[in-house]
Amino acid sequence: MKKILKSEGFSSFISSCIAIVIGLVFGLIIILLTNPSQALDGFLNLIVGPLKLGMTGIGRVLFYAVPIIMTGLSVGFAFKTGLFNIGTPGQFIVGAFAAVYIGVYWTFLPSGLHWIVALIGAFIVGGLWAVVPGLMKAYLNVNEVISSIMMNYIGMYLVNYLVKETVFDSLRSQSLPVASSAVIPKLGLDKIFTGSTLNAGIFIAIIMVILIYVILNKTKFGYEMKACGFNAEAAKYAGINEKKNIVLAMVIAGALAGLGGGLVYLAGSGKFISIVEVLAPEGFNGIPVALLGLSNPIGIFFSGIFISYLTVGGNLMQQFGFIPEIVDIIVSAIIYCSALSLMIKIWLGQRKSKNIKKIETKEGDE
Amino acid sequence: MDLFYFVIQQTWTFSIPLLIVALAGLFSERSGVINIALEGIMLIGALFGVSYLHVFGNLLPPQLNLIVALLIAGGTGMLFSLLHAFAAIHMKADQTISGTALNTFAPAFCIFFGRLVLGTQQISFENLFRIDHIPVLGSIPFIGPMFFQNTYMTTFLGIIILFISYILIYKTKFGLRLRACGELPQAADSAGISVYKMRYAGVLISGLLAGLGGLILVIPTSTIFNATVAGYGFLALAVLIFGQWKPFKIFFAALFFGFMKTIAATSNAIPFLLNLGIPSVVYKIIPYIATLIVLAFVSKNSAAPRAEGEPFDKGKR
Repeated sequence: MKKILKSEGFSSFISSCIAIVIGLVFGLIIILLTNPSQALDGFLNLIVGPLKLGMTGIGRVLFYAVPIIMTGLSVGFAFKTGLFNIGTPGQFIVGAFAAVYIGVYWTFLPSGLHWIVALIGAFIVGGLWAVVPGLMKAYLNVNEVISSIMMNYIGMYLVNYLVKETVFDSLRSQSLPVASSAVIPKLGLDKIFTGSTLNAGIFIAIIMVILIYVILNKTKFGYEMKACGFNAEAAKYAGINEKKNIVLAMVIAGALAGLGGGLVYLAGSGKFISIVEVLAPEGFNGIPVALLGLSNPIGIFFSGIFISYLTVGGNLMQQFGFIPEIVDIIVSAIIYCSALSLMIKIWLGQRKSKNIKKIETKEGDE
Repeated sequence: MDLFYFVIQQTWTFSIPLLIVALAGLFSERSGVINIALEGIMLIGALFGVSYLHVFGNLLPPQLNLIVALLIAGGTGMLFSLLHAFAAIHMKADQTISGTALNTFAPAFCIFFGRLVLGTQQISFENLFRIDHIPVLGSIPFIGPMFFQNTYMTTFLGIIILFISYILIYKTKFGLRLRACGELPQAADSAGISVYKMRYAGVLISGLLAGLGGLILVIPTSTIFNATVAGYGFLALAVLIFGQWKPFKIFFAALFFGFMKTIAATSNAIPFLLNLGIPSVVYKIIPYIATLIVLAFVSKNSAAPRAEGEPFDKGKR
């Protein structure tokens, strides 16, 4: 009992839960302000709506979870190395473009291989996009947040231009549909989860979660990265090449986000790259996912599903006249509370030490 | 020649909001708090300013009404930035994360507010604020068309804010203290300066200016506000860095960025640029690449405030 209460992970988990509860309460207040008479129905739809849809709802939740699990992994992995990867929107969209380009033009590939190559393309290009902030951080000590923000806008404008020049459907003003051989196979998932477009992407996300978990916890490379994240100076004196680690961490993070872009735009779900000057929201959503998941790959998997669940629930709320943006408001409250988690943890720590003392005195009494 | 004047006038409309918002960032960062929430604060300022004009567009004479709207935009921006200040200063939160929270909140709130209160997501207003020709000054040959025709009161407001900022930061006790809190808060603290208070002041001034900047961006460029300020908050961050955290360098950076925006928006209409055949995407990207290059070159002796992003802990030495 003492061990669990004392563990760092436990108090972090509790502070995540507190953040979620505060976020939801905030959302409820907003909903109550909007339309008190429908508020309860609307809120219930947000909380249990996706489940009420049965397999369809679960399929949708899993489908929308795939990209944000990937960008969440991206942000979380960089966090572990002490880097804040706010460049996920850029990495996501360049990855998406690479996947769509390969999907449209490289039809000479056999059908079983085409979609895999397209995804690998997304993975590589996403990684390349993160090379610049990585190198600048490692060798010039440039704050990666600023350079990533610049790369986001460069990526967005460049992809808009490249889509127009190469894979443009001028009638609909969006990217062309990819060849059928480049669509990620459904593996019968659409039969199990009828009414959703769930595909093998969810398995790829799960594989990546496991892979990142293994890299972080079971390899020397992952150990070195975490060491750099804890204390870069100490890591350096311990003989760890911290520059190499910074660059690699950024590249892997970028590759994960890029793969997320590929997974969305090869899903064959009717989503195309449209020419808008807006950063990809899936990229930014990786930040709350990583924060709630405490940068732990397994945690990120579940927090990705949680945020996706809220998104699906938010869309269902529309039938009661509520706008789905309420979910964004809830998520922002959750992020804000996560930012305050340090204080929450200290506060918990004080409470905890009191509790532990109580337990100790009780045990002593016995 | 008309084209030349047109480009100059357009450059002002793009540059002034960038200037004001970059100065907003300056105040916050000089006090030691990173403010990536500029985009979100701009949105909130623009939302309330435009909403006022939407409802009370004919309440007062146009220019007076604009002043009221600007006050509302600045005030609400300031209030909103209080959230960031509280998290960053009192709660010692990660400033990038709390800024991200504000940036996530703002666009959703704009849509929510528009739909709920005004019944429409696209908040329209009547642009009555353009000044075709300033008496006397506008008639000066050459100078007149460049600076005093087809202009807005807000352009001059921006210039005034620039001078006030310079004086405030470099010529007053307040500015000295503010800078001290951004460079070496422990030293400032031991000299009896309340680091918390100075940082609150920095972030709140930042909120005021960013809120103003949001409205000043929207007014000349559109007649509807649709929950977006088109990434200007982040671009202003680039202006701040490009200007090396110094007011007048920021001014020239803002002019450069504004000029690039103008070129990108009008390159199809300018025969000379059309003949060059450079796609407009190049002009759009140049400001960001230029910022990256500047970052790379000056990083070794960066002009960024040294304690920027570090929560102040009284007990730490």
